[in-house]
Amino acid sequence: MASKHTVVTDPDPIFGKLTWDSFPYHDPILVTTFIVVIIGSIGIIGSILYFGKLKYLWKEWITSVDHKKIGIMYILVAFIMLLRGFSDALLMRSQQAIAVASESGAGYLPPEHYDQIFTAHGVIMIFFVAMPFIVGLMNIVVPLQIGARDVAFPFLNSLSFWLFVAGALLLNISLFVGEFAATGWLAYPPLSGLEYSPWVGVDYWLWALQISGIGTLLTGVNFVVTILRMRAPGMTLMKMPVFTWTSFCANVLIVAAFPILTVTITLLTLDRYLGTHFFTGDMGGNQMMYVNLIWAWGHPEVYILILPAFGIFSEITATFSRKRLFGYTSLVWATAAIMILSFIVWLHHFFTMGAGASVNAFFGIATMIISIPTGVKLFNWLFTMYKGKVEYSSPMWWTVAFFLTFAIGGMTGVMLAIPAANFVLHNSLFLVAHFHNVIIGGALFGYFAGLTYWFPKATGFKLDEKLGKWACGFWTVGFFVAFMPLYILGFMGMTRRLNYYDNPTWNFWLLVAGAGALIVLVGILIQFYQIFASIRDQRKNRDRTGDPWNARTLEWSTSSPPPFYNFALLPEVRDRDHWHDMKQLGLAYKKPEQYHRIHMPKNTWAGIVISGFLLVFGFAMVWHIWWMAIAGFVGMLASWIIYAFERKKDYYVEINEVEAVEAKRYQRLERAKQLAEEAERDADKATTISV
Amino acid sequence: MNATLGKPRPGFTGYVTEESHHDYAGDTVFGFWVYILSDCILFATLFAVYAVIGTNYVGSTDALELFDLGFVLGETALLLLSSFTFGMAMLEANKSNMKGLIGWLGATFVLGLAFLVMEVYEFVHFTQEGAAAWDSGAWSAFYALIGTHGLHVFAGMIWMIVLVIMILKEGLTGDNRTRLMCLSLFWHFLDIIWICVFSFVYLMRFV
Repeated sequence: MASKHTVVTDPDPIFGKLTWDSFPYHDPILVTTFIVVIIGSIGIIGSILYFGKLKYLWKEWITSVDHKKIGIMYILVAFIMLLRGFSDALLMRSQQAIAVASESGAGYLPPEHYDQIFTAHGVIMIFFVAMPFIVGLMNIVVPLQIGARDVAFPFLNSLSFWLFVAGALLLNISLFVGEFAATGWLAYPPLSGLEYSPWVGVDYWLWALQISGIGTLLTGVNFVVTILRMRAPGMTLMKMPVFTWTSFCANVLIVAAFPILTVTITLLTLDRYLGTHFFTGDMGGNQMMYVNLIWAWGHPEVYILILPAFGIFSEITATFSRKRLFGYTSLVWATAAIMILSFIVWLHHFFTMGAGASVNAFFGIATMIISIPTGVKLFNWLFTMYKGKVEYSSPMWWTVAFFLTFAIGGMTGVMLAIPAANFVLHNSLFLVAHFHNVIIGGALFGYFAGLTYWFPKATGFKLDEKLGKWACGFWTVGFFVAFMPLYILGFMGMTRRLNYYDNPTWNFWLLVAGAGALIVLVGILIQFYQIFASIRDQRKNRDRTGDPWNARTLEWSTSSPPPFYNFALLPEVRDRDHWHDMKQLGLAYKKPEQYHRIHMPKNTWAGIVISGFLLVFGFAMVWHIWWMAIAGFVGMLASWIIYAFERKKDYYVEINEVEAVEAKRYQRLERAKQLAEEAERDADKATTISV
Repeated sequence: MNATLGKPRPGFTGYVTEESHHDYAGDTVFGFWVYILSDCILFATLFAVYAVIGTNYVGSTDALELFDLGFVLGETALLLLSSFTFGMAMLEANKSNMKGLIGWLGATFVLGLAFLVMEVYEFVHFTQEGAAAWDSGAWSAFYALIGTHGLHVFAGMIWMIVLVIMILKEGLTGDNRTRLMCLSLFWHFLDIIWICVFSFVYLMRFV
């Protein structure tokens, strides 16, 4: 943590604001982390080179426009970032557990470090864990669910992913070069203005979000077009699987909300770089305008995260209750209603602004109204389970854990929506408990459920069921132990973001919360072990049929993992539970008589190169290294134009290749049949013996 | 048998036997409409910012002393005319008349350039007259809104150069027609935004 004396007000023409002081070599925690990261990177890069996998990685992954691979890469990065975000959480929990005023001092983290940690935690968890996780799942699942061969704009999809990676890298660079914002995750001015944050922390925040935000916006456009125009014949809107519906609504929200973020952080950038007065306290600026704008994006963002999770739970509940989803139409309308309502509630994030009773009343009531369609959904799931043959597999564990947790989080949300109560609870740990309650218990549990559910589809083998249930158990118990105390602390008057406190009665509950975080840590470690063990034992959990859960929707009709073209022949749909319909009609797994050539997009270098130049641009802008910023921008533009001049960006997969791939699939299906028969015989034998 | 749907039509296999020809150009144009939608919201946000702080002059020069409606009318005329010339270019493209197309695109480019020159002149002039972007919230909002529009016009002109080179190299292929269609949408969209700018930023000050 460099102190304020390193702030360079007169940037050098070559190095900008960058000096030797910018590197935190005097901070042992960061130096150790840096060494670990360097050793790790050398290890990874070294082994890639040693095993000669660089070409493979470049050809099969880095330049890939295959939505399934892009989805897997999104989730991989999300997990890596989850480790960093969760480390931040542990640092905060341990600091608060010991930072009560006493002779031993106030914890081990100085305020300016602690402030960066809670900022980084929020930014990472929302932008670089939750967003890529759900975008990754949408990437893997949506084209398969609608019977498409890829997304509408495969190159833009690759570009979106690499822009997101560039943003994530920029944020991580801030750990070792300079500082990160110490402003809280939404960087309210005047704290984020030049006067109170004179060094580069906020600039890292601005450019990391700007670059990855553009990627998200492109994703939104891409998926809106994909879902509206690439559905299989026969799939009308009301025959779309629910996850596709909720993803569609989320992507409409992205298209409608992310431009507001783009503008808001651009204006803050202008305030910091050109000395304009959008959000300054003087000269006609308006600080509350920032708070309004950022939440006009931020509240829809909450629904961008949670709506697809609702879709995941819907798919899982129907599959494992062995029933058609109860009230599909009402669920779709509830989703659409939430999509629209999400734009008229933003002011509930700052009832204390002083907008007056009538304005607060409007936003309070609008907020409470959202709980109605959300409640509708909960009943949809419960009635789907009612009289179903419910199978408690690990995705179902996450789902039931979600019902319980999310109901509580929803109710505390309605409490916060009452303006009068909000005046007491706002900015307290009650609020922190509430939004973790809905984001962990709602969105994140949904993503974990979805990951477990669609893992075999993406990879060809299931995750270990037993470990999955253990992970879910630790996560759920850990969540309650970690966050219920925060509700209590909120009532006791503890405000958020405290580095230090002198009220000893809070200490007990903070210790409990710390213990809860450790239980969650066990859950995360089990998840990592689960992924490792499942890859190790993949033969045991192999999915040879493509339908490991006896599921209902279209994505299960193709093999696991699907061939790169997804479907040899495009499906024709007459029911929203298409695959269930096919199984009922006895048409499942039928080998078609004839195949056709398939039109596919080619891989491209452009996504990673354009994003690489933008990363250079972003870093240069942070440090005011103008020549490098110009070089990065020109490089970005030039590579885009060069890409635009490329021709033959697509090709045809010839019939014999399709036949070869499909023949292998039917061999696997044959093998699966044999194995099933053997298992049945063994079971028969066992019964005979026991009789 | 499916309980809700009953029997399928005879010959139903669950897949399509004929590989249909997907309308990729249609995807692109539709995608571009969706992008324009998001751009609308971008401008809407900037207009909202202008509405909130657009008159907070706090001692900087008031816009009424600087705005010259005749000058802005000139800018507006240039941009509207460029929309007309782009329309003509599209008509020529539909007739596959390369010469006409390039000619009208050239005219559009020149008009766009003239518009930008006027805008930059206005910016420099205002800045010298005590109305720089950093002089007050009002002027910050003014430059952000109009500057963003100007940057869009600039981007459209770079796009035009790239596209003309493509068309000269390859002729009016299907892909190039799609690109032309998108650029045309973009250009007319910028015109509509400018009409809003002209009305809300300039004219409204004289009401």
